[in-house]
Amino acid sequence: MISQFFVLSQRGDNIVFRDYRGDVQKGSAEIFFRKVKFWKEDGKEEAPPVFNLDGVNYFHVKVVGLLFVATTRINLSPSLALELLQRIARVIKDYLGVLSEESLRKNFVLVYELLDEVIDFGYIQTTSTEVLKSYIFNEPIVVDAARMPPIGPAALFMQGNKRMPGTAVTKSVVANEPGGRKREEIFVDIIEKISVTFSSSIMLSQGRPDLEQGYVLTSEIDGTIQMKSYLTGNPEIRLALNDDLYIGRSGISNFGYSGSSGTGPVILDDCNFHESVHMDSFDVDRTLSLVPPDGEFPVMNYRITQEFKPPFSINTLIEEAGTLKAEVILKIRAEFPSSITANTILVEMPLPACTTRVNFDLERGIVGQNADFKESHKKLEWSIVGGSEHTLRAKLNFSQEFHGNITKEAGPVSMTFTIPMYNPSRLQVKYLQIAKKTKTSNPYRWVRYVTQANSYVARI
Amino acid sequence: MDFLAHHHIISPDLCPFCSLENCDAIHTFLHCRFALDIWRSAGIHEHVMIFSQPSFQLWFQEGEVSDLKMQLRQLAGSRAPGTDDTKRELFKKVISYMTIGIDVSSVFSEMVMCSATSDIVLKKMCYLYVGNYAKHNPDLALLTINFLQRDCKDEDPMIRGLALRSLCSLGVANLVEYLVGPLGNGLKDGNSYVRMVAAVGVLKLYHLSAVTCMDADFPALLKHLMLKDKDAQVVANCLTSLQEIWSLEAGTSEEATKERESLLSKPDRLCDCNSLSNITSTGELDLLLAFPHQDRLVYIAQLHKMKEFGEWAQCIVLELVSKYVPTDSDEIFDIMNLLEDRLQHANGAVVLATIKVFLHMTLSMTDVHQQVYERIKAPLLTLVSSGSPEQSYAVLSHLHLLVMRAPFIFSLDYKHFYCQYNEPFYVKKLKLEMLTAVANESNTYEIVSANAQSFGSIPVTELCEYVANVDIPMARESIRAVGKIALQQYDVNAIVDRLLQFLEMEKEHVTAETLVLVKDLLRKYPQWSHDCIAVVGNISSKNVQEPKAKAALIWMLGEYAQDMQDSPYILESLIENWDEEHSAEVRLHLLTAVIKCFLRRPPETQKALGAALASGLADFHQDVRDRALFYYRLLQYDVSVAERIVNPPKQAVSVFADTQSSEIKDRIFDEFNSLSVVYQKPSYMFTDKEHRGPFAFSEDLGNLSIGAEPDDTVVAAQRVEENDKDLLLSTSEKEESQGYANNGSAYNAPSYNASTTTGGSQGHLDLVSLDQTSTAHTTASLAIDELLGLGMPAGPSPAPLPSALLLNAKAVIDPNAFQQKWRQLPVSVSQDISIDPRGVAAMANPQALPQHMQAYSIHCIASGGQAPNFKFFFFAQKAEESSAYLVECVINSSSCKVQLKIKADDQSTSQAFAELFQSSLSKLSLP
Repeated sequence: MISQFFVLSQRGDNIVFRDYRGDVQKGSAEIFFRKVKFWKEDGKEEAPPVFNLDGVNYFHVKVVGLLFVATTRINLSPSLALELLQRIARVIKDYLGVLSEESLRKNFVLVYELLDEVIDFGYIQTTSTEVLKSYIFNEPIVVDAARMPPIGPAALFMQGNKRMPGTAVTKSVVANEPGGRKREEIFVDIIEKISVTFSSSIMLSQGRPDLEQGYVLTSEIDGTIQMKSYLTGNPEIRLALNDDLYIGRSGISNFGYSGSSGTGPVILDDCNFHESVHMDSFDVDRTLSLVPPDGEFPVMNYRITQEFKPPFSINTLIEEAGTLKAEVILKIRAEFPSSITANTILVEMPLPACTTRVNFDLERGIVGQNADFKESHKKLEWSIVGGSEHTLRAKLNFSQEFHGNITKEAGPVSMTFTIPMYNPSRLQVKYLQIAKKTKTSNPYRWVRYVTQANSYVARI
Repeated sequence: MDFLAHHHIISPDLCPFCSLENCDAIHTFLHCRFALDIWRSAGIHEHVMIFSQPSFQLWFQEGEVSDLKMQLRQLAGSRAPGTDDTKRELFKKVISYMTIGIDVSSVFSEMVMCSATSDIVLKKMCYLYVGNYAKHNPDLALLTINFLQRDCKDEDPMIRGLALRSLCSLGVANLVEYLVGPLGNGLKDGNSYVRMVAAVGVLKLYHLSAVTCMDADFPALLKHLMLKDKDAQVVANCLTSLQEIWSLEAGTSEEATKERESLLSKPDRLCDCNSLSNITSTGELDLLLAFPHQDRLVYIAQLHKMKEFGEWAQCIVLELVSKYVPTDSDEIFDIMNLLEDRLQHANGAVVLATIKVFLHMTLSMTDVHQQVYERIKAPLLTLVSSGSPEQSYAVLSHLHLLVMRAPFIFSLDYKHFYCQYNEPFYVKKLKLEMLTAVANESNTYEIVSANAQSFGSIPVTELCEYVANVDIPMARESIRAVGKIALQQYDVNAIVDRLLQFLEMEKEHVTAETLVLVKDLLRKYPQWSHDCIAVVGNISSKNVQEPKAKAALIWMLGEYAQDMQDSPYILESLIENWDEEHSAEVRLHLLTAVIKCFLRRPPETQKALGAALASGLADFHQDVRDRALFYYRLLQYDVSVAERIVNPPKQAVSVFADTQSSEIKDRIFDEFNSLSVVYQKPSYMFTDKEHRGPFAFSEDLGNLSIGAEPDDTVVAAQRVEENDKDLLLSTSEKEESQGYANNGSAYNAPSYNASTTTGGSQGHLDLVSLDQTSTAHTTASLAIDELLGLGMPAGPSPAPLPSALLLNAKAVIDPNAFQQKWRQLPVSVSQDISIDPRGVAAMANPQALPQHMQAYSIHCIASGGQAPNFKFFFFAQKAEESSAYLVECVINSSSCKVQLKIKADDQSTSQAFAELFQSSLSKLSLP
């Protein structure tokens, strides 16, 4: 049972506020925002998504920089509340096309209309875009996606938005195209977020430097098959996956790297499915059948700890040059075919606190590279475009004599990146069949793959 | 601006400066970032402006709102084409003012006038507006009744539904009479949307006027609808409404209690056999559960249609199922088989609700229970990695609970609990705790020190990686985790090495945290003193600033004075800076350490001791002064006595007290899939009684150890739970032995298990052995107790009471028997009384009340709670016969109110007992 729902901007402004039960005080949004903003005096700890203040439980999720908040006084299931908040965000996005402060403000009447149907007297009625369609009468005022206030790509990742900016089809489920009629199309995105931790590679402070790649300590793929359907008439869809797909790794220890990468079966540790998915023929021909509801939804989430080839190798070398200077050499090598281009590669590395100045030595003749020392965070940032191999040399200057081990003060090296048309698990949608009911033109079918770094870290 | 808009140069709605938000006065002056810049440059900051906002609003409100009013009035009667569009714009404006908190209630009558339209968008906005203002303007609300009632009869089901919802949401108590008719029609409406709205509407009516709702017999209608309706959401809404109504009614009427229970245990009420065949897609689950076994099988095939319930309704039904007690194990397996596919649901709430059913149903079957753990592991891990970080956190909290209960089941999955660098701190903290919990002999080495020598690289340790982390809170937590593992293990060799390496990292927060740990380690493993002291001796006390770390360092300096060459001199330099030392804790430790040092190395320490005692006696802090004085007199009296008191031979601490008793943990487990798990406390600690939710079926005795089971299964379930503990809680042993000594404030059960008492106090002594003045403290606190009239009775010595009712001073009852009795007996006296605030003050000591009542031969069975709410269960017995009295006593320490519920074998004397109890209670505060 939810008492209130509200959406706050990053500055703490109330964008949407709906009180369902009237048992929590009106000022809760401000109380909440103060608490979250000043969770710990030093500002270093983030407020947890659930907390209790004077008997009121506050739940919140962050979506594209906005805070979606629910309050209640009862001992509710936290998963229920947080899932609900995420769903509300998704439903609003389905309707508005773009989820942003601006689109919310322009469409607040529609948003209230949605909220009234999603929750009644604190009880969840439905969060299905499909079902809601018959209750909603306001038309969205479409916001131009390009006119959105720029949020850096890094910010999008930081917000913990598991859905990719690349998949964001900014089209409302209800608004009509400028041309007047809707385009029949369906998007299927295979999104894989990978986490890899490399052990430390060798570091020689004196003598001949020796670059060596650390080995993989842990690796995991968290994948989603996401679907967004704009098909009319709700036709049934069949989605065929790899023939050699297996679920469950019974008998195999979870992190045993048994299979060699590149070939062999795709083994999912575990997966779950959207409620519309029928598994009837899955065991026979690895096919999922479903009638996709309107709006964006995950068909299937899966998790793989099977070995895979990390898309980038990272080599780090630190050379001490006296007590006031040191040199850091970073080498990044792409391990995927050159036909694929990675976007927005960002390499970050914390440096010792006493670092005052860093001189960078970038490779010559390569465009799009940029290296920077963020003094306030004592962090090195290096952005690259494209695959192949890149090297960065950074000369560090310290404010005071440095004793002891630099590796204890610097690192680890972390990477964020997005690689379109590539997925390390080799899970594939072999075909996407739409059971045709109409004789009209063949709908557009988009199947896209993308890989994103979740936590890609090399220790030094 | 209008000019620009007119010529389509700018969008009329948007602020011409920032083009981000709709342009209105509030925005232009307060929210627009350009305006903010101007304010800021004028030296006025946002927080100032927040306070000035109300007056600011008043200033333009009149103009802006009266303008709107005018325009609306003009439109009200107009039927010209395009009116609706203009109205929409105006309505939007009104609502946007309403959202940002401007009072637009003055346009109420105009809004109502304008609502005579067939445009559903306009209607919706109007309903929204009316819903917002009606409650606080009952007179205005009356204006709306007419048109809402008319809309309830509209031919469009959407409008009927919406109007009914608005009508029920007005929230004006004196208008309830107008609700009954439309609601009754709504429940019978042909359209499922209207019925859905009506089902919740009944609940709204109940909150407005329970009497009206009951008089109209709506609950019965709902029940009927729940059984017959074909629409899943209608059924779900009926179910939620009924649950809430019955659980609220339960407080007042016995019948409602029965009704509520019938949801679970009285199948015949819930489902009429014949009706079942009519229902194909809805409600089977709860019907099935309640169904006799043989008949049920027929319908099992239909159960997979549970999918037709929306996912949210599934959560409600599953929660209900988890309270259901199956008749036999076959039934348990049937239910689990039917629900197994729910574990693959993408909605975490559904999965967790299913897991709760599985866990609670198999409590009595130890091996199956363990299989359930294995089965749910993968789905949980998938959920953790597939949602947003917030969703992951909620699932991870539950995983955390399970890991804590059965660490060995997860011992091979430890890599899942490795932290990722970009995870929020709250996730990392949970993961660290799980890593700590699953650390056992076989994998500790890998977790703490993933020695990778075979790969030719330097040994890396997972936790040590975190310690070196730039993230300070994370580093601290990691050190604590390493220490915790060290304290659990038998072979701590490698780990102690690690810890000592931390000290060499020369980071202030690392050093501080490690020192505290080294101190604890030394108390458990004195044999390591040599290695540790060598390293600790190298730490300059100047680099240690945090009080806790400083205290730890000083303790070591005193304790190992003979092994540390410089100890007296370091102490001396610390004493020189006495006045700059702000922490009383550090000063106390300094006093003790210097005395210890003096007793071992008198000549070197004499000077420091003199200075310390002088500073201590002049200290402004009471405790420091007292301790200095105590030492001074002690030394004056006899040095050898001082030696015995300050430096007694020490016993190594075997187990440190856990912060939570196993009882608390069990309670949290009972409340699986709720906030209790996230907060890691049972619900009574953070919710008021009336907000425990519809599922908190028993807040009374049952939850002392188990959830709500019908009477006859109580004992069985408890036995079962013990088995379960044996199996799953490898930690239970030590919990048993350490008792409650150190968790007093949180929750304790004094006479729950007599054998723990001795163990507990032993632990207590061990713990304070660090604090050499414990005896002094104890006596001091005793003295205070005596002052307050709470002297601990040496034995049960009943104070002579001028009462006809004599109680047996030595009455005993075991908690199980108590529970059973509590369930069987009806409440014979129930009253609210006030007590003297001084009495409440005395309750700051959790033992005070039980001790006090014992003096009157009223024995405490269990107690718990956290300020301001405390709950006690007492037991008393008549002196000459075995007739017993059971008391539940809920004390609110902030309002000084006490709720008493007394149950008695002999009803006729219960009133006399109540008086006796009250008079005893009221004496709590008196000397």
